[in-house]
Amino acid sequence: MKLSEYWLRELVDPALSTAQLADLLTFGGIEVEAVEPAAPAFDRVVVAEVLSVEKHPQADRLNVCQVNAGAAPLTIVCGAPNVRAGMRVPAALVGAQLPGMEIKLAKVRGVESQGMLCSATELGLSEDASGLLDLGADVTIGASVRELLDLDDQILTTKPTPNRGDCLSLLGMAREVAALSGATIKWMTPAAVAPAHEVRIGITVEATADCPRYCGRVIRGVNASAATPEWMVRRLSRSGIRSISAIVDVTNYVLLEMGQPLHAFDAAKVKGGIHVRRSRAGEKIVLLNGSTLELTPKHLVIADEHQPLALAGIMGGEYSGVTGTTTEIILESAFFTPDVVAGKSRELGFGSDSSYRFERGVDFAATQTAMERATQLILQLCGGQPGPVCEVLGTLPLRNKVTLRLARAQRVLGFPINAEKALEILQKLGCQPQLNDDRIEATPPSHRFDITIEEDLIEELARVYGYANIPAQLPPAPAALQPIAETRRSPAMVRRALATLDYQEVVTYSFVDRAWEADFCSNTDPVTLANPIASQMSVMRSSLIGGLVQAVAFNSSHKQSRVRLFEIGRCFINAEGLPQPWRVAAMAFGAATPMQWGQSERPVDFFDIKADLEILLAPQAFSLRAQEHPALHPGKSAVIVIDGQDAGWIGELHPRWQRKYDLPAAPVLFEIDLQALERRTLPGYHEIAKFPAIRRDLAAEFDENVQFDAISTELRRNGPAILKDVTLFDLYRGKGVQEGKKSLAFSVLLQDTQKTLTDAEAEKAVAELRRILQEKYHAKLR
Amino acid sequence: MQDLEKLVAEATALFAGIDDADALEQAKARYLGKSGALTELLKGLGKLPAAEKPAAGARINVAKQALEQALNEQRERIAERALESRLSEESIDVSLPGRGRSMGGLHPVSRTMERIEQLFRSIGFDVADGPEIETDFYNFTALNQPENHPARSMHDTFYLADGKHLLRTHTSPIQIRYMEKNQPPIRVIAPGRVYRVDSDATHSPMFHQVEGLWIDEQISFAHLKGVLVDFFRRFFEDDRLQIRFRPSFFPFTEPSAEIDMSFGDGWLEVGGCGMVHPNVLRNVNIDSERYQGFAFGLGPDRLTMLRYGVNDLRLFYENDLRFLKQFV
Repeated sequence: MKLSEYWLRELVDPALSTAQLADLLTFGGIEVEAVEPAAPAFDRVVVAEVLSVEKHPQADRLNVCQVNAGAAPLTIVCGAPNVRAGMRVPAALVGAQLPGMEIKLAKVRGVESQGMLCSATELGLSEDASGLLDLGADVTIGASVRELLDLDDQILTTKPTPNRGDCLSLLGMAREVAALSGATIKWMTPAAVAPAHEVRIGITVEATADCPRYCGRVIRGVNASAATPEWMVRRLSRSGIRSISAIVDVTNYVLLEMGQPLHAFDAAKVKGGIHVRRSRAGEKIVLLNGSTLELTPKHLVIADEHQPLALAGIMGGEYSGVTGTTTEIILESAFFTPDVVAGKSRELGFGSDSSYRFERGVDFAATQTAMERATQLILQLCGGQPGPVCEVLGTLPLRNKVTLRLARAQRVLGFPINAEKALEILQKLGCQPQLNDDRIEATPPSHRFDITIEEDLIEELARVYGYANIPAQLPPAPAALQPIAETRRSPAMVRRALATLDYQEVVTYSFVDRAWEADFCSNTDPVTLANPIASQMSVMRSSLIGGLVQAVAFNSSHKQSRVRLFEIGRCFINAEGLPQPWRVAAMAFGAATPMQWGQSERPVDFFDIKADLEILLAPQAFSLRAQEHPALHPGKSAVIVIDGQDAGWIGELHPRWQRKYDLPAAPVLFEIDLQALERRTLPGYHEIAKFPAIRRDLAAEFDENVQFDAISTELRRNGPAILKDVTLFDLYRGKGVQEGKKSLAFSVLLQDTQKTLTDAEAEKAVAELRRILQEKYHAKLR
Repeated sequence: MQDLEKLVAEATALFAGIDDADALEQAKARYLGKSGALTELLKGLGKLPAAEKPAAGARINVAKQALEQALNEQRERIAERALESRLSEESIDVSLPGRGRSMGGLHPVSRTMERIEQLFRSIGFDVADGPEIETDFYNFTALNQPENHPARSMHDTFYLADGKHLLRTHTSPIQIRYMEKNQPPIRVIAPGRVYRVDSDATHSPMFHQVEGLWIDEQISFAHLKGVLVDFFRRFFEDDRLQIRFRPSFFPFTEPSAEIDMSFGDGWLEVGGCGMVHPNVLRNVNIDSERYQGFAFGLGPDRLTMLRYGVNDLRLFYENDLRFLKQFV
């Protein structure tokens, strides 16, 4: 809420500077977000009367004016179209500093000008540059314009928390300042205005729970087109409210002043009394902001016998609103419960100053006094004859006694707060505290909706006492060691392992383009957001691939020819229970190694990242099962299988997506469940073999479709027991090898656990292996 | 026998003048070869009378040892020189760059999150995790924020099209999930991604939070201040860092506070905290008369910006390597 410091100080005026006042509030729990001057700095601008206006001898558009600025008459050249004799306007005297200019004695087309007559724009007050600022007739010549227009005022922007609806008014802020500073509040409860006639309006409150208190009053003979006085327009404007018409301005003024939203109906449009009721299905209303609303029984309305006239506590209807020709009004002041207004502005997509206050709680004890205050102001501005206040009173909210145990307060806050101090604070807050032994009974005032339990009182004590005055202490805690599972690697360790493998971590958005889900996952039914921030962020990712593709493409477009990225994050699966698995994905694009000497550059490929995966998972072994994946090249794509379980995917990006996502080369990638990388086996010692091993090489030609993994598994399974390891050390196609075949060269490790192998035994084992290759794969041995 | 000394002196001088290994071996043959000078002398021993033999033999042997020593020393000198010359030929330009792979790195916000974890683990905090798609119950209701509570407008929430779920707006739901499964004393932090419908220079629709919770019988607001002041000073490695607490409002804590940190001439908001609201404890069946404690929420994105001098939040989510590589 924005408010004028001058206005606030009219209600309470502690001996504090503006900055101190702002700090007092901020550290009392009402944050002052900003303090801004009401007008830019300028000086030596006074009220001046234009005595005479004559054409400038040298310039058609200029006038030479004689001006009385309180001392000897001045000659001032003026170009404003609205200048006329008798007008009282701001005059900047010689030496004045205006926003962006200094006034000097100067000749204007040969005539010396002893100052400048000012528009509102020249003083930095508004954008209105159409002519001189007319100050009206009843202003003192020679007076300071800054003082006249309260331009040394400061505007405070406060940000009261949602529980403090009582601070959304000048009166509420004054109460708070008084409680925090000890200064006295200077507010006089408005006196009742005596009725000038006996016209009563019929008020029927059907929805008694929603509207415990409703007051209405007829004011006849008002001049709805009367002008709003300058001071009121200024205060409204400093709170960010535009002047509309005198009656509406008064309702807004009282809303700001007392926090009570009011509404004025054009009495001529109201047929047969006021009904406060829930809306009936099928009813509609056109609101003051021009929107048409289809009403339902969850809406509380103010209606006459025929139709809803206003959305209670939120906004009036266009039909029954006050216009310039209105002569008789029904003024409404009511208490609508927070529950009936809460949440409505979110549903409607708009709120109002009124709904903002009702949903936070409006002082139900001030319904009538606010009505009286508004009546006074309307009579003052627009004239008219007020009728009696008609009221329907139901069951108002209770303000129960709340008990504060001093020992509890001490335990929660961590320091002893004595009874005298607690009583003093609660007294200042209007809670009528009473001390009974070691507890205080306090009854919160009607404007406080946030004090119902002991903790609420403890909070009040803490904030008024001052958080800064509460000591900071380190708590005692048992020195028990935390368990650390050695068989589980933390995500932080996985992250570091990937960084060591030359991958840079990225963080991409969890919400992605629907097209990514379709392209990379063949997922046409992803988890979808109801209110996405943009269409390309409308669904939740079920894979990390899309984000990495985009990040690689982004960096590639920024001249990075080698990009290696990883991300650890949740994916979101549209299935029963909405599984949200943690995944790890890595993507490599460009050269296998950075450009360097002594090594020729080659593009990164499937087997480079497979090696990374091997290091990452080590000592856990895994196998790959060739299988197609929508994101991947069908011939270079596989499922990662660990202990018989599918744990992820590895492959090269499908050329189709490479083209679509503007990548100059296809990246290779893997995506794997984080759990698989977190699991670690606890090492267990095995006896080191005592007898020397023998290494032998064998090479053979195989059909292209025979997989290395199958050969290796076959040899281990059916080969001699002394075979300990099979390592592939060459893969060759081309000259000397038949078309459609490939030559594989293995190094086999042979070892007996009981004795030293002889050459003959080794030869026998190799012969056995060769036989298997021949029989099983018809391999041509080399 | 004076010849013998002369012979040794002559041979020693000869060996010392030879630089080549082969030439040295040839020179050796002249003294110790089949018909070498010393060999001849040994052969001549047989002709001596028996009484003179031992003494003469001993003298010859001394001479032979002296010759062999001179020979070995020269061999070593030659080998040493050969090694030196090879080493000098083999010297490399050590300023050439290293070969192989380079080094990746962590996202700066991950660095911060890990650091926060380490600091809190060091005083016995557990680390917990929770789902990012949440229910209204865990994100709001259980945190004392019933339907239509005005505080809900503080968070602009992303809802799922299913009408039943939302993206968590804070990491506080993990408090609830953790307290459902664990009994006090509880010390836990919960780092993670959170989401709000907000996007400009200082807001990202996705950002990070670290939630903290300490529940025990005597954990007070004074302790909350103590732990958080300590945290920020350790995090920024600055014992003089000023931290202040401002009264605020969160439905799930009371009293509540915003945390400000001194920065330059002013203050910056770096988190929110408060004493856990008794309704929250009641919602997870913890006796709020016996147990109490504090909760806090930190913004790792903001802390990362302050720690490393990053001036635009959006850089964290653009994934530009020119930015990210600065944090390797």
